[in-house]
Amino acid sequence: MLSCRTASVLAILLLGIVPGAPAALAQSQVIIVPPPVIQPASPSAGSEAPRNATAGGGTPAPRPARGLNWEDVPDDAGRALDLTWQLSPDDTLHLPLLQGYHVMRSENPGGPWTRVDSLAAGVSSYRDQSVTLRRDLPYFYRIDAFGPGGVTPQGSVTGPAIAVSQWFNHTRWSVLALTMLLFTFVLFFIQSAQGEGKTPFVRRIPGIDAIEEAIGRATEMGRPVLYVPGIQDIDEMQTVQSLIILESVAKTTARYQTPLKVPVTYPIPFTIAQEMVKGGYLQAGRPEQYDPDCVQFVSPEQFAYVAAVTGIMMRDRPAAHIFLGAFFAESLLLAETGFATGAIQVAGTANANQLPFFVVACDYTLIGEELFAASAYLSGEPKLVGSLKGADLMKLVILVVVLAGCLLETLGYHGLTQWLATQ
Amino acid sequence: MKREFPLFVTAAIGLFMILSFFVPHQAVSVPADFFQQSAVIVVAFGIVLGGANLLRVNLEAVLKRQAGWPYRLVLIAGLLVMVLVGLIEGRDFQAAGTRSTWIYDQVYSPMSSAMFALLAFFIASAAFRAFRIRTPEAGLLALAAFLVMLGRVPLGNALTAWLPEDLRLGSVAEWILRVPQNAANRAILIGAALGVMATGLRVILGIERSYLSGEE
Repeated sequence: MLSCRTASVLAILLLGIVPGAPAALAQSQVIIVPPPVIQPASPSAGSEAPRNATAGGGTPAPRPARGLNWEDVPDDAGRALDLTWQLSPDDTLHLPLLQGYHVMRSENPGGPWTRVDSLAAGVSSYRDQSVTLRRDLPYFYRIDAFGPGGVTPQGSVTGPAIAVSQWFNHTRWSVLALTMLLFTFVLFFIQSAQGEGKTPFVRRIPGIDAIEEAIGRATEMGRPVLYVPGIQDIDEMQTVQSLIILESVAKTTARYQTPLKVPVTYPIPFTIAQEMVKGGYLQAGRPEQYDPDCVQFVSPEQFAYVAAVTGIMMRDRPAAHIFLGAFFAESLLLAETGFATGAIQVAGTANANQLPFFVVACDYTLIGEELFAASAYLSGEPKLVGSLKGADLMKLVILVVVLAGCLLETLGYHGLTQWLATQ
Repeated sequence: MKREFPLFVTAAIGLFMILSFFVPHQAVSVPADFFQQSAVIVVAFGIVLGGANLLRVNLEAVLKRQAGWPYRLVLIAGLLVMVLVGLIEGRDFQAAGTRSTWIYDQVYSPMSSAMFALLAFFIASAAFRAFRIRTPEAGLLALAAFLVMLGRVPLGNALTAWLPEDLRLGSVAEWILRVPQNAANRAILIGAALGVMATGLRVILGIERSYLSGEE
């Protein structure tokens, strides 16, 4: 019968002759250390040799995992390391000796060891991206197999493993190239429009034209206009766009002397919305008509917000509802309640899943990019409209790339698809 | 200067955040993370402004006995009770078993679920209007919806079990969702993504400056 330590050393020597081990050793230094006995179990714990049951006749500890290897995660800020290993011979469905693995980490090969994570049986890889991992610091790793019979530490530790940060994410070359192309197109058309002083042609967008019509109707009926800028915070570009459009809407309501109501979900859009409405009244030459309470903070909670807005619809009966921004499950709740009140409704969102609800329940719907074209369309400024031309040309480029990609994939060339794949 | 400084700050930080998407190195990622965390802190201060507005608007309405003022009173009471209970609970007010968690789970969550459940009725009424065939396009929509709905339930496949696998309603429904629906969805997403980028560039470069308000 082999002693625990002898068996472990034998197992480590065996590791050296398994296929692939030299390649692994070329990258990661394997340090052989005597495995600490965590829990007395089988005398053969840690070996690959046939094993006897524990002295007391209980379940033996599982044999250890082998061939632990590490790799720095590429294209990151040095915050993660990948570990791979070979499963313990006891990691089978038929033998209930092994329940899983503990991933152990230390700054020294001799310990002390910290458990990073515990994994289920059958798992042979792990990405250590725990918050305690520091870049440029050497770490040593060990995989401990555990089961009903105890814990068997791996006979060798792997390291020093160092997470290094890179200067460029190589999987994002395609995004960089296409972004630069889009920016070039947009800036070129803005420059051209500014130089010529002419507003480039933009097709008529009925949804945007309908905003003024809706405000006019509210004015005729002597009722307020309700403007809902979506339910997302300011980090959502749809909310930013909606708040930009709000200024134009406020300008029109100020001109028509129609009350405006703007319920807002988050505090930052709330303060910006107040500024936009104030700016709109100022531009219309009616700053004295601005009511600071027309913009109301409601709640960031989705359905609390819905309850408040539908309450405004039912109590105040606005004659026009304008929903522009990011919407989710509440889109139909708002639009159907609005429909029931008989108000004219204009909606717009880039959330494709909510568009069918708005199309059904609203009179006009701005679909996706039309929402982002609205501020340029409403302002009529040549340089803003010029930027729409740039985005249109980019769409043509994307169309060509998609067609080329389909053709190349059909012919069995995957280079373009792989270049466009990002992480 | 009043306008130039915010424009400069917006441009500098905006371009830096774009750079952080491509450069993972700590020289860029650490300041980028700091900016994002700073935004969270600013939002935390903003919530005070929001709460103050909520309290002021509704308190005024109650004092003036405007229409529906009892509802506003309930709102104010709810706001104050939650703030008070949260303060009593201290830092761990969101932990399981606290009074604030109990109020949230037992009062707010059921009301929120009830509101969400209304969606089922709204979908039924909206679908009724959507599927009225008035034009050829509406007819196509109704046909596609009919095939998808029937194809997603066992009855659809049972009715067409005698047909080849690819022609059964389940396969037809899957094809409608995977091919024409997906193509249209992606076209909308690509257009919207370009719109987002173009708008972002306009804001960063100060071409779209209405967020600075109308003050010159």
